[in-house]
Amino acid sequence: MHLERADNHTWRKIKSALASTIAFVSAILVISPLGLVFFHLLVNGAGSVNWDFLTKLPAPVGAVGGGMANAIVGSLELLAFAGVIGIPIGVLGGVYLAEYGSARINSVLRFLADVLNGVPSITWGVVVYGLVVLRFKGFSAYAGGLALGLIMIPLILRTTEEVVLLVPNGYREAALALGVSRWKTIVHIVMKTASRGIITGILLALARVGGETAPLLFTAFGNRFWNHSLSQPIAALPLQVFTYAISPYDDWHRQAWAGALVLVTGIFCVNVLVRILTRGHAASVV
Amino acid sequence: MYRSGLPLLIKVLSFMAIAASIAVEERSVQVRMASPSRFGDKAFEWLTLAMALAVVVLVILIGWQLWIGSSVAIKKFGFHFLVTSTWDPVAEQFGALPFIYGTLVSSLIALLIAVPLSIATAAYLTELAPLWIRQPLVSLIEMLAAIPSVILGLWGIFVMIPWLRDYPFPFLKRLFGWTPFFSGPIYGPSMLAGGIIIAIMILPIITSVSREILRSVPNLQREAAYALGATRWEATRIAVFSYAKKGLFGAVILGLGRALGETMAVTMVIGNTPQIAASLLKPGYTLASVIANEFTEATTDMYLQALFEIGLVLFGITILVNLLAQLLLRTITTTSATRAVQ
Repeated sequence: MHLERADNHTWRKIKSALASTIAFVSAILVISPLGLVFFHLLVNGAGSVNWDFLTKLPAPVGAVGGGMANAIVGSLELLAFAGVIGIPIGVLGGVYLAEYGSARINSVLRFLADVLNGVPSITWGVVVYGLVVLRFKGFSAYAGGLALGLIMIPLILRTTEEVVLLVPNGYREAALALGVSRWKTIVHIVMKTASRGIITGILLALARVGGETAPLLFTAFGNRFWNHSLSQPIAALPLQVFTYAISPYDDWHRQAWAGALVLVTGIFCVNVLVRILTRGHAASVV
Repeated sequence: MYRSGLPLLIKVLSFMAIAASIAVEERSVQVRMASPSRFGDKAFEWLTLAMALAVVVLVILIGWQLWIGSSVAIKKFGFHFLVTSTWDPVAEQFGALPFIYGTLVSSLIALLIAVPLSIATAAYLTELAPLWIRQPLVSLIEMLAAIPSVILGLWGIFVMIPWLRDYPFPFLKRLFGWTPFFSGPIYGPSMLAGGIIIAIMILPIITSVSREILRSVPNLQREAAYALGATRWEATRIAVFSYAKKGLFGAVILGLGRALGETMAVTMVIGNTPQIAASLLKPGYTLASVIANEFTEATTDMYLQALFEIGLVLFGITILVNLLAQLLLRTITTTSATRAVQ
């Protein structure tokens, strides 16, 4: 009897250890693609990232060499345009959810924002194609930037709301008690206190849409030359990586890896920046 | 002067303000009465409200644009669009069944792979792992989430597919070749490859949402189990998992929503062939990839209309799945919030 109970206990302990091991192996499997992708990006891409790649236009089809300078600049232009649309709408909308409105309406708006965050990015491309490209008869940087900007709105809105809610009520009450009007309190006290968090949200949204390809396929469309007008098609780094990756040329494959490495480096720089921004002030509220 | 003097005053006055503990409603009324810039207050409130309403406008805009973009096709093909499998742009015959099938099957494969791994990882991160390892692991998972789809697709084409073709696929074929699921020749780009790449894409989101859910389980649950003499695994299974069941289901549905709409990586590895084949080693096609591949090639109006309708179908499916996920997750957060208040 006694012995049996001891055996049972040992068996239960073994089972617990076994479950822990399985969970550990799962965790390793989950992060292993990260290691593998990084390893292959470095092996295949590092050799091709050079001065030419960063400063030259793509070589004519079939010719070896050339670079992706236009795509790198194009991505930055698209992000700037997307920011002009996405940042003000997202930030001010987030402020409304945190500061004004009734609980019921706000929960509906929050719900819709979460649903929008789940809309496939290719859908945004189709919608902007219908709205802009068909109407103005041509692919353009405007259309691409708009598509990315619309994707940013619900992302920024939700992060802004979260950090604005973290600002202690005492700050608001103090300002209001001084006779400062409500909107000045929100802009000068609340948003200023939450600014680090708001900027973090904006940076994360930019990093996210900076790697998007699907919404640009038939809005920005891509371009093998410099873009001279925002009403013309424009190149973007992820788009160029895609085009080169599915092409039949070896030299283009080599450049796709290089482009992917540049893109990932950019995105991770932003993520590290965010980490520094949030870590320095982990102790304070925001 | 106005700005620099304010913070100090705030610190002093916040004590007084808290001490006074004025009710929120009362306060705002008083301030509004006394404030010299009532117009500014109103204007700012309306401005932010207009921006917040953007989410309503966007949802309507997407639905409306997809609807008018495909209205002719909807009228012409009707319900048949969803249940026929001819996709012939030259004859202007369009049926979306192979794409719907491909989307569902590839997402299902992805869930089969990703769900056990993600939930086990989430349990490891909240219940089982040594404390020092947790934060670094979470950071790595966040980094995986930040990798753009197109880069995973690039890796899929040049690294994953050749490897799958050389080792796991022949192995699966030898083992399960007698079933219809692993029969036929091995191509490389295939439904299974598409499912695997989607699984990698949705691992981080299911893991991090599940982790949040498990973290929200009250410690009292665990303590009760330990007090009864449960081992670590038993406490996790009995006290944590059963409590978090609904939330974990929400996390899985959220992952499904992402899987259905995943575009670039899948397009690059699934083979892009509109067919309904039992064998997972054969190429397939998804709703999202047919839009990505053929949209700019749509030469006729009806072709474009059909692709818009594909977009509408995809939007409809993902909206429904996301609504379900949000409802499941929302009830969890509200109940845990009310519990916290009580």
